[in-house]
Amino acid sequence: MSGSASSVFFGLSTMAYILAMVLYIGYLAFRKKAIGVVATTVTIAGFLSQTIAILLRWKEFYDIGQMGWLRAIPLTNLYESLIFFVWCLILAYLVIEFKYKNRTFGAFITPVAALVLAFIDISGMSKNIQPLVPALQSNWLLAHVTMSFISYSMFAVSFSTGLMYLIVKTEKRNEPAYIFWTVMLSIFIIVLCALGLDYLTFKLSVKSQEELIKSYLFKATFRNSSSAISLLSWAVSASLTFVIWRFGGALRKIITGFNISAETLDEITYKSIAMGFPIFTLGGLIFGAIWADQAWGKYWTWDPKETWSLITWFFYAFYLHSRLMRGWRGKKVAMVAVLGFVAVIFTYLGVNLLLSGLHSYGSQ
Amino acid sequence: MGKEKNNSFIDRVWDLFASVKFAVVIFSVIALTSMVGTVVEQNVEPEKNLTVLAKLFGESAAPTLYSILDKLGFMNMYHSWWFVTFLLLFAMNLIICSLDRLPRILKLVREPIRPLSEEHIEKMSIRRSVPFKGKPSALRDEVASAIRKIGFRPSESETEKGLQFYAEKGSFTRLGVYITHLSILIILVGAIIGLYFGFNAYLNLPEGQTTSVAYKDRGAEVPLGFEVRCDNFEVDYYGASDMPKAYKSWLTVFKNGKEVMNKVITVNDPLTYEGITFYQSSFGTVPDSMDRGVVVLTVASRDGKSEQVNTRVGGAFTIPGTSETGKITNFSPALSFDQAGRPYTYDQNLLNPAIFVEFSSPAGKPFSGWILQRYPQTWNLPDGGRVEFRSFWGVQYTGLQVRKDPGVLIVYLGCIIMAIGLYITFFMSHRRLWVSLAEEKGTARILIGASANRNRASFEKDIEKLAGLLGESRKGGN
Repeated sequence: MSGSASSVFFGLSTMAYILAMVLYIGYLAFRKKAIGVVATTVTIAGFLSQTIAILLRWKEFYDIGQMGWLRAIPLTNLYESLIFFVWCLILAYLVIEFKYKNRTFGAFITPVAALVLAFIDISGMSKNIQPLVPALQSNWLLAHVTMSFISYSMFAVSFSTGLMYLIVKTEKRNEPAYIFWTVMLSIFIIVLCALGLDYLTFKLSVKSQEELIKSYLFKATFRNSSSAISLLSWAVSASLTFVIWRFGGALRKIITGFNISAETLDEITYKSIAMGFPIFTLGGLIFGAIWADQAWGKYWTWDPKETWSLITWFFYAFYLHSRLMRGWRGKKVAMVAVLGFVAVIFTYLGVNLLLSGLHSYGSQ
Repeated sequence: MGKEKNNSFIDRVWDLFASVKFAVVIFSVIALTSMVGTVVEQNVEPEKNLTVLAKLFGESAAPTLYSILDKLGFMNMYHSWWFVTFLLLFAMNLIICSLDRLPRILKLVREPIRPLSEEHIEKMSIRRSVPFKGKPSALRDEVASAIRKIGFRPSESETEKGLQFYAEKGSFTRLGVYITHLSILIILVGAIIGLYFGFNAYLNLPEGQTTSVAYKDRGAEVPLGFEVRCDNFEVDYYGASDMPKAYKSWLTVFKNGKEVMNKVITVNDPLTYEGITFYQSSFGTVPDSMDRGVVVLTVASRDGKSEQVNTRVGGAFTIPGTSETGKITNFSPALSFDQAGRPYTYDQNLLNPAIFVEFSSPAGKPFSGWILQRYPQTWNLPDGGRVEFRSFWGVQYTGLQVRKDPGVLIVYLGCIIMAIGLYITFFMSHRRLWVSLAEEKGTARILIGASANRNRASFEKDIEKLAGLLGESRKGGN
């Protein structure tokens, strides 16, 4: 399937998003309007290309499955769901960019998209179009999965703006919120770099495709067979974290230089969670439960995926309620928003890759 | 309630349960403890979790750790007394915080909007001011109709300096939170009803067999109150691949010996009779049963005469209208051919059933070959006849999930209410506006003040539109 038209457009969009990430970060660093305009153009081009790719894949799937358009939505395996997540995220980002007329968020949101796309490539997950297994042949697929991913992308936005809020609001290096965001940002960058290295070594090495590439994760760095490299990776990570902690204040100056107020960031964080939470509750939890009830005869079984969805739900319920508490508004709730998205990532990827359960579509 | 400092023990417990702080503590406790149960596999043999613990904490610590976790109920934690207690505390929190706040909120919701002084209006978060000439009373109708145009029904009152209109919408939306809270309680009630008055069981039913009981996890029988028979089980595949497209069971229900229901169930399409639902859940081959299997064939002659034949491996049949006979001399549950073209069996389950038939014809040359159920191109005979391999019946069982849950409708009701509650809470808002027409010392102005508890930006647009309308009406009035 690698030669199909959809994969060409997927390839184009991947390149566009990675380029956009570089451009947005460049825009943040050099503050040249031209770079920003190019970044937006590249992002829009990538988005259009990805839209075409998804539609083409939908058509390809429809032709193979012969089950009608509704059940041919390309959202049936980990690869397709990640692609759709990126699509929603970029759409949400473009809406915010045009609404708030500010490109600063781009440098925080496009890396999430790039991280996901890099992850797709290094994890070597199947990109083939697979016919629907019997359990997925339901009209609930469309509603449950699309709504879940729309909410995930909302949460991703709140993660980015929550992190930015913390960067803008913290001044002292011994402040818990400051330590929190520097560590979170370091982990984010370290994982991104580690995935990039995995990607490079995997592409350069002539290993057989059959080898489970899933076990490739962090093989180039932390899980390297040579303990020296593994140790070095930890040492580099620790020093990177230290550097970010030591010079984090510079980032605050850059962001505040862009005329972006902490209040706006807090507002976007709240609004995306206020949109994402009800969509997640309805599409992720309720529709998921109804579908499980119809397919398996149990609307709730405490399997890891369900449980983690509930954990995520409690995190965001915590966020929404903690805003009502005295002394919590501001930095503390922003930290909850950031942690909420960590729970989302675990619900979505961690459960599939690390834990077992009915939703383990990532194992193939 | 709790307004005046009353420090009796009950009041303090009440205030604790009604507090947001308690809510977020219970959220965290449930979320954090739930994580353990996703790592420690629930309700499985001890060996599985011992291996996991040994990997995480080392071989020597694993057995001790396991026994501690086991004693604390972590091996079936979502049903342990302490987790159920957390859920109960969560429910208590929902009930008490609603009871604590609801009377006050209800009173506020019922209270009609009142006119405000100009100073108050000027402090509203959204405000506009439009100057005009003339008497406020002359503009009365235009202002009222402009307010109606943006979807509000205004009330009117006289003020010292002129007139005031005021209106509100979505006053009830302040109840959205409580509707959402209530829905969680309804879902919990539904779950409890299901737990006490329902059951979850399974049933492995071989083709052709009838049962009146299902089995619980530990093997206890559950009487169904009727009988169910599996007539047939089939797997459909995508084309020539081994990728399953559908699992189908043909089920028949008997009540007091009479057939009352008949349905082909698939994974997303179960059968329900008298509140008990049968879900397609798994399938398998009854051990050592291959020699009991019935070969179901539709045999047709060259000129189209056909009949159904039920036989066995080793059995024989005649092509209708001829003296040609076929004898089934070999069988494979999953036939494939190696690179040299030699047949071999690649699985003991019925993945690709095939029969080897030797034909003898008094007239023509005898011939023989493999006939495969999943490949119709193998059904045609060289002499123009046809042997359709319909089924190899009686060796498979269908695995059914059997459930009775009288609480499920209540859970669904709770879900619907939750969707409504969330919609009201997050996507609707309480909007209020005041329009004051005042004349003082020859200058007159229309002052608009408005507020919305949510989604202020879109309300601000409405107010912008209202200001525009009033601006025009003023021009028109002159």
